[in-house]
Amino acid sequence: MIVALIGVIALVSVNALFLIWMERKVAAHIQLRPGPMEVGYHGALQTVADALKLMGKELITPDEVDRPVYLLAPIIIFLPVLVLFLVIPFSPNLIIRDLNVGILLIFAFSSLTVLSILMAGWSSNNKYSVFGAIRSIAQNIAYEIPLLITAMSIILMVGSFKLTDIVAAQDKVWFVVIQPLAFLLYIICATAETNRAPFDIPEAESELVAGFHTEYSGMRFGLFFLAEYTNMFVVSAVATVLFLGGWRGWILPPVVWFLIKVYAIIFLIMWFRWTFPRLRFDQLITFAWKVLIPLAFVNLLVTALAIKLF
Amino acid sequence: MQVLFLILAAVALISGVLVVIQVNPVRSALYLILNFFTVAGIYLLAHAEFIAAIQVIVYAGAIMVLFLFVIMLLNLRQPEEGGEKQHLAQKISGAALAGVTALLVIYTCTRINLGPAKEMVPGFGSTEAVARSLFTDYLLPFEVTSVLLLVALIGAVILARARLD
Amino acid sequence: MLISYLPILVYLIISIGLAVLIVALSEALGKKTHTAVKDLPYECGMVPISDARHRYAVKFYVITMFFLVFDIEAIFLYPWGVIFKPLGLFGLIEMGVFILILMVGLAYVWGKGALEWE
Repeated sequence: MIVALIGVIALVSVNALFLIWMERKVAAHIQLRPGPMEVGYHGALQTVADALKLMGKELITPDEVDRPVYLLAPIIIFLPVLVLFLVIPFSPNLIIRDLNVGILLIFAFSSLTVLSILMAGWSSNNKYSVFGAIRSIAQNIAYEIPLLITAMSIILMVGSFKLTDIVAAQDKVWFVVIQPLAFLLYIICATAETNRAPFDIPEAESELVAGFHTEYSGMRFGLFFLAEYTNMFVVSAVATVLFLGGWRGWILPPVVWFLIKVYAIIFLIMWFRWTFPRLRFDQLITFAWKVLIPLAFVNLLVTALAIKLF
Repeated sequence: MQVLFLILAAVALISGVLVVIQVNPVRSALYLILNFFTVAGIYLLAHAEFIAAIQVIVYAGAIMVLFLFVIMLLNLRQPEEGGEKQHLAQKISGAALAGVTALLVIYTCTRINLGPAKEMVPGFGSTEAVARSLFTDYLLPFEVTSVLLLVALIGAVILARARLD
Repeated sequence: MLISYLPILVYLIISIGLAVLIVALSEALGKKTHTAVKDLPYECGMVPISDARHRYAVKFYVITMFFLVFDIEAIFLYPWGVIFKPLGLFGLIEMGVFILILMVGLAYVWGKGALEWE
């Protein structure tokens, strides 16, 4: 129990430090420049230095913020960070609690992120923050339903919410082969859920400064950042479980396979950022309701029919 | 177990009262979200794991977020017109109403014969159990729900139309 | 069964503790100087004009209502998923009708132009 807890905390912090470094390196190499090179081997310790620096930064609380709500927002966004790791199966044995409602638990706690963004954006008394909050809601009503319905297509084939059962059902063939459309829909929704480009509408830095967290500094900002990168890991882990056969692989130990798949999906999401231009939020809503939701329903019904026929 | 229930129930009650007595609607909505979480916890204690998860996804995740959104954008921060006098009248009538309701609940509870609790069926409250009764015994209500949701959709469109035209 | 849910509570409490600790540490380490200008909300260097908490025109508010309806529908699908195989053809027809009725709703909403952006 305590070992698991320490493991999760270590994973969360190392993962965030690594992902920020990876983000900068991926961005740099796509733009044909080396990226951070000074601190550590190829800048590997750069983010550690940045984190230490961030720790010593002044916490500025602007005038006229709604104080309790403003202070609570970064804590609320951090709330689900550890809990989400409870049900992720890293290997057949490496899972803290194999709950019956596994996938539902992840969806339930992920929905807290929007709440926190809304609180942060509104309480800051900054126009950019308010716009960030409004856009975040627009984004939420766009991706949440196709996400739930798409995941449903997989549940239908497995008949269980347990993440280990979902992996076990892929012993012959990964679900990405049977459900390519669902995989595509899930990746689109997951990118939107993590507020990543081309769906980084709530924090669009060239339009809204930093969107909902414009007025946060120091480690209060750090918590938003930490939650964001943890969230990225979680949605990729869920994608791995639902579509890529979880820990399954050859020769290498299961945990290694799981992490390879997770970071491959994260790399894909980082790649998107330098490939697609940002959407306007009305485009996102229209796209979600006219394309993603009908497609998700069609996919679900076809899956149901196919299971009955074969 | 009992201790956990008492803690959850106490938090639920306190947050419920705070929802009502807060002047600031945003904070009141935040307390309501806390309330939903504690209620989800109580569902878990009653072995209703599926309902607990749904409670968080639908109420805390979707409905309350949109509620909060509307409150924030309508900008209801300023205290309403009418002043202290009206507030006092509201407080008294509210407290009286709550008292009467509480008395009725207590009266009803003493009247019914609770008897010993039924033996719990294995798998009670699991998703399978909920699904089984929903799709066999309660099939008609379930299908009617879809009509209800359809009506809600049409209602939303018509309300929006009335505003736009 | 209940004991397997206890870690959720423990992890939530530890998450709060950790978050508070991180912010408190940052508070202790960082310097604190206040100036009138520094405490202003950021507005690209301008002195902010008026309070930010205005009423905003939210053009997608109708869609938020559709969202609630479809969110509930999606949740109804979940229990169906776990007993889909044992229910047999009956279950397929049941849910087919349910989804069809709501698809009619989506088509209606679409046809009425409620998904259009002005």
